[in-house]
Amino acid sequence: MDDLYRAEILEHYRHPHNFGTLEHPDVVQEGSNPLCGDRITLMLSIDDEGRVADVAFTGRGCAISQASASMLTDRIRGLPLAEVAKIGRQEVIDEIGIEISPARLKCALLSVDTLRRALADRIAWQAETEEASA
Amino acid sequence: MAIGEQRTGPGKATPLIVVQPGGPEPVADCEVAVPRTGAGTPLAPATSAPDAAEVRRHDPLDPVALRADFPVFERDFDGRTVAYLDSAATSLKPRVVVDAVNAYNTRFTANVHRGIYQMAEEATAAYETAREKVARFIGAPDRHEIVFVRNATEAINLVAATWGRRNVGAGDTVVLTELEHHSNLVPWQILAQEKDADLEFVPIDDDGRLVQASFDALLRTRPKLVAFTHVSNGIGTINPVREMVERAHDAGALVLVDGAQAVPHMPVNVAELGCDFYAFSGHKALGPTGSGVLWARRELLEAMPPYMGGGEMIREVHLRSTTYNDVPWKFEAGTPDIAAAIGLGAAVDYLTALGMDRVREHERLLTAYALEALAHGVPGVTLHGPRAADDRAGVVSFNLPAVHPHDVASLLDRDAVTIRAGHHCTQPLHERLGEAATARASFGVYSTTDDIDRLVAGLRRVQALFAR
Repeated sequence: MDDLYRAEILEHYRHPHNFGTLEHPDVVQEGSNPLCGDRITLMLSIDDEGRVADVAFTGRGCAISQASASMLTDRIRGLPLAEVAKIGRQEVIDEIGIEISPARLKCALLSVDTLRRALADRIAWQAETEEASA
Repeated sequence: MAIGEQRTGPGKATPLIVVQPGGPEPVADCEVAVPRTGAGTPLAPATSAPDAAEVRRHDPLDPVALRADFPVFERDFDGRTVAYLDSAATSLKPRVVVDAVNAYNTRFTANVHRGIYQMAEEATAAYETAREKVARFIGAPDRHEIVFVRNATEAINLVAATWGRRNVGAGDTVVLTELEHHSNLVPWQILAQEKDADLEFVPIDDDGRLVQASFDALLRTRPKLVAFTHVSNGIGTINPVREMVERAHDAGALVLVDGAQAVPHMPVNVAELGCDFYAFSGHKALGPTGSGVLWARRELLEAMPPYMGGGEMIREVHLRSTTYNDVPWKFEAGTPDIAAAIGLGAAVDYLTALGMDRVREHERLLTAYALEALAHGVPGVTLHGPRAADDRAGVVSFNLPAVHPHDVASLLDRDAVTIRAGHHCTQPLHERLGEAATARASFGVYSTTDDIDRLVAGLRRVQALFAR
């Protein structure tokens, strides 16, 4: 079983980056995984130039959902929304870098799907990021 | 939610970051290692590992020998057989059931109650014989009281949509419990919304049992119906059905019992229980998926309006009017799942030959073994549900500190140990437990102490991995 979760995933799970809340977020979005009841709350500050000035998340969940939220929030901090719009679901899965069974896809995609909803009225997500499977 | 407030899901907060001591073995300190049960009541740590040989000596079944009857154990998972610990979701199927389904599909394939030829008569006979077997199996006085449905969910929906619609009105009360599976909650919510009726819930105590004083208090509101589970699929609690039925009847209520987790695992006699409706799934009782049963007292079935309209459920149809068939066929519109019903008949024969008293004793011994093995072998484990194996069926739900049940299940799967992780269709129960999700191991006639040993060994490896 040891090869399923690589060390980086476990490290993100134990010490998630950007875990917490923002004092004055511009966007607050909750997401949940109906499969297991896991929840995430994503907070974003957007600066005047349309960049993600700050980002934080809270919630609890499995190693895959927590690690993917940790990595995704790292990735979008400081990024212009135009760049955020290019982040696809497959990219998020690839970044986790472990085998994700179909049953666990929802865990892996909880953070990116919550992000997509959070920014739905601010940016146009690129075509290839349209919700496909899961 | 307020800015700055930390949201950690319903119920109690679980620490997200837990620093484990180093080393490959998850050696936790004493305080962490105390196993907890119920809603957090500490249970004394088991001082010694349970004795598997002792369990085998007392087991009235020989599960290792029985495995020869279940073809799935022939499948190779990297040199191992599956340690199947998800029987509460669906049971494995013995060869006799597979053969019965195949016989219908290969030797007497025909619709039932229609054809005037030999194969059709054989199919009808097999289908109706299955009904008779099921009636005997659950102590139903009359085979006409057995309605074949797809599963327990459909059975409960049938009652809500027919008896419920006709008999529950504005301001009436239906009493349910915190233990219920979503299938014994949502149909009543739909009915209550449609009729402006009230739903009330019997709470559970910290040991996972229904609070009987609260039940009595709710009965004083004169509910129309009381609906509760015989055995909790979430934490294994066996409810005192007969006593509760008596008191509900004294209060003028009818009683529906969800027997999905009881019929496969213990002797059930609906006449002795005294209830009015009893629902269960055949596929959890060694039968094929698509097989389920509603039992109800005949006079109730006769008074109920039909559920679905169509073929089979009619006696005479005119363009603007129809007279309905007799029970139970009035409730079996359309071609039923004939193969599944016939398969369920074979499953019932198999269980009858084993003896349901012996099945219950086998699972009681295994449950006691599992509770001890987990408490002794898995540092810091939280065990949910009644402490005593005598009071619970073969369902053991638990949480590990700092490892999510989904991760537990994914990792155990690598060792061909299959458990359920999630809320097991009992979200309100999980809110009460203060857990968004739990891990659940559940047993069947083919389950062995070795399965449980593999579970415990796997959990230790999971803990070691997360402690790294």
